Amino acid sequence: MTETSPAPVRDDPEGTPAAVPAIELAGVRKSFQAYGETVHAVRDIDLTVHEGEFFSLLGPSGCGKTTTMRMIAGFEDPTEGAVYLHGEDVTGVPANKRDVNMVFQSYALFPHMSVFDNVAFGLRRRGVDKAETRKRVGAMLEIVDLTGREKRRPSELSGGQQQRVALARALVNRPRALLLDEPLGALDLKLRQAMQVELKRIQREVGITFVYVTHDQGEALTMSDRIAVMNDGGIEQLDTPRAIYERPASRFVAGFIGTSNLITGQITAVGGDGAEIGYGEGRIVVPLNGASRAVGDTVELTVRPEKIVIGGERPDRGSYTSATVAEVVYLGTSTSYLVTTAAGDDVTVFVQNATNADDIAERGSRVWLSWEPRHSYAIGTA
Amino acid sequence: MTTTLPETAAPAPARKPRRRRIGRGRGLQAYTVLLVAWLLLPIAVMVAFGFNDTHSKQNFEWEGFTLHWYAHLFDKKDLTTALVNSLTIALLTTLIATVLGTLAGLAIGRYKFRGQGLANVVMFAAISCPEVVMGASLLSMFVATETPRGYLTILAAHVMFSVSFVAITVRARAVGLDASIEEAAKDLGAGPWTTFRLVTLPMIMPGVTSGALLAFALSVDDFVITNFTSGATQTFPLWVWASTRTGTPPQVNVMGTLIFAAGVLLAAGNVVLTRRRARATP
Repeated sequence: MTETSPAPVRDDPEGTPAAVPAIELAGVRKSFQAYGETVHAVRDIDLTVHEGEFFSLLGPSGCGKTTTMRMIAGFEDPTEGAVYLHGEDVTGVPANKRDVNMVFQSYALFPHMSVFDNVAFGLRRRGVDKAETRKRVGAMLEIVDLTGREKRRPSELSGGQQQRVALARALVNRPRALLLDEPLGALDLKLRQAMQVELKRIQREVGITFVYVTHDQGEALTMSDRIAVMNDGGIEQLDTPRAIYERPASRFVAGFIGTSNLITGQITAVGGDGAEIGYGEGRIVVPLNGASRAVGDTVELTVRPEKIVIGGERPDRGSYTSATVAEVVYLGTSTSYLVTTAAGDDVTVFVQNATNADDIAERGSRVWLSWEPRHSYAIGTA
Repeated sequence: MTTTLPETAAPAPARKPRRRRIGRGRGLQAYTVLLVAWLLLPIAVMVAFGFNDTHSKQNFEWEGFTLHWYAHLFDKKDLTTALVNSLTIALLTTLIATVLGTLAGLAIGRYKFRGQGLANVVMFAAISCPEVVMGASLLSMFVATETPRGYLTILAAHVMFSVSFVAITVRARAVGLDASIEEAAKDLGAGPWTTFRLVTLPMIMPGVTSGALLAFALSVDDFVITNFTSGATQTFPLWVWASTRTGTPPQVNVMGTLIFAAGVLLAAGNVVLTRRRARATP
């Protein structure tokens, strides 16, 4: 069982250019037979996770993100394709012989063992000696702020503490990568937000590659260096949080990440600053980012709710359209307006509740919406 | 020997100051005392007549206190042999039934496989089948196959009816197990055997212990099935039954008392242990 020496695994100097990726999936597919039909849980995924990166797999339930992670961990074998850890092909290698560790959604702590024994479990399997085990477990418990609870049983800890034991139990082995399967799903909102910050801090502190599975786009945006948005077993977009938020590659991504307004129209003119769309009594301009579009093409564009301004006067520049307020929802720090444009699209607008922001518009009133063209994005024009 | 052990430590109830309602509690108290007395009376008689200074063949009338029967406990050679047979059969039954039953219970509770439903039904069928019918069937089977009846056929029969009880208590425990706990062990470098030894087994242990105690209790005082499968071999219950015709010696009472005391001690020990474990984790 001592397949690796207890010597530190990761002493390669950081910043080595063209370093071997921590994790690489090449043409990975996972199919199941269900009711006589072949179901593709994961279809032909290629992805690379860099050393030290906080990488998220984001998508709705059933999109294949957990299956993808379980293939990295070694709990599932891909039907096709290969998994590489630090350049080494580990396809078919069982989980107990892979140098990655996982934090489970249910934490999966050993209920009959103390916190110390839980955290020491992995080190003991590797035959790390007693003194070293004690030292490393102690140091790890300090990082996750559980010093003094070594003798407790998991059942005596709060949800947040159990979560941190699970994290310590995995991290103490200094794995090549840490896999986290919706680890914050069972916590309440406040604790979840605190743990998001905490996780990010711990990741920076230990410098280990994190692969994070979540269906919570807010969580992914907050913590990740890069995100792979998954849908129906495939990757829809793989990019930085900002790029995914501002320039969604597909309708699905636009809809899944944040609140997004989708406006569809036909191009009436193409100019230097983008395409112009005739839109009711308004005018919409959208940058094309070099993509070629012709007059008459249908284009889908997204504008984020916080970029839109509501006003009573018809603007004379940028993109604008008239609309009717259908609903006003007070959200504390902001107010959300659900409006219907003259062309019939439903649009959400967030207005910060600053000092003079009361009563911009009432339900049923006619307003003008406007935004800067550069804040809109035509889907598919990366 | 019918001591049931609590499966897990019950969480200590929060002590709330409760107002005693006069009159209300009295009836319940009286009822409880009566019920306990009813349960303990036969045992008290058994214990008392082990100290009876009887001189007749029958041990029915109280004739004064003596420790004679304790001093001469093993005087009746065939009774001693019967007791030893009962105890060794019970221990072997416990050992074999616990191993087999644990594996079966784990398989049924933990995994999906072809024939799982059938295995489940068979477990319950073995329990619900009337003992006397099962005993008679076993006898005809052994006769038909010309199997010599004796120690080994008793053992085989006892393992057969105990295994279901172990399997069912273990299964109940295994069903509630979070599969990801075993995966976590694997993820942390434990192979299949280590995972079983360090993680799965400790988690199903309360079920295994209850099953084992049940198996022992069922085996050591089984009469019906043993009677059909024993051949010339005597066990404690068979010997006692046979002796009622000529007179049951007080040694039987003493042995019964000792077996009972051992059971009580075991149960008490288990309670203390679980309490202490619960207290260690406040």
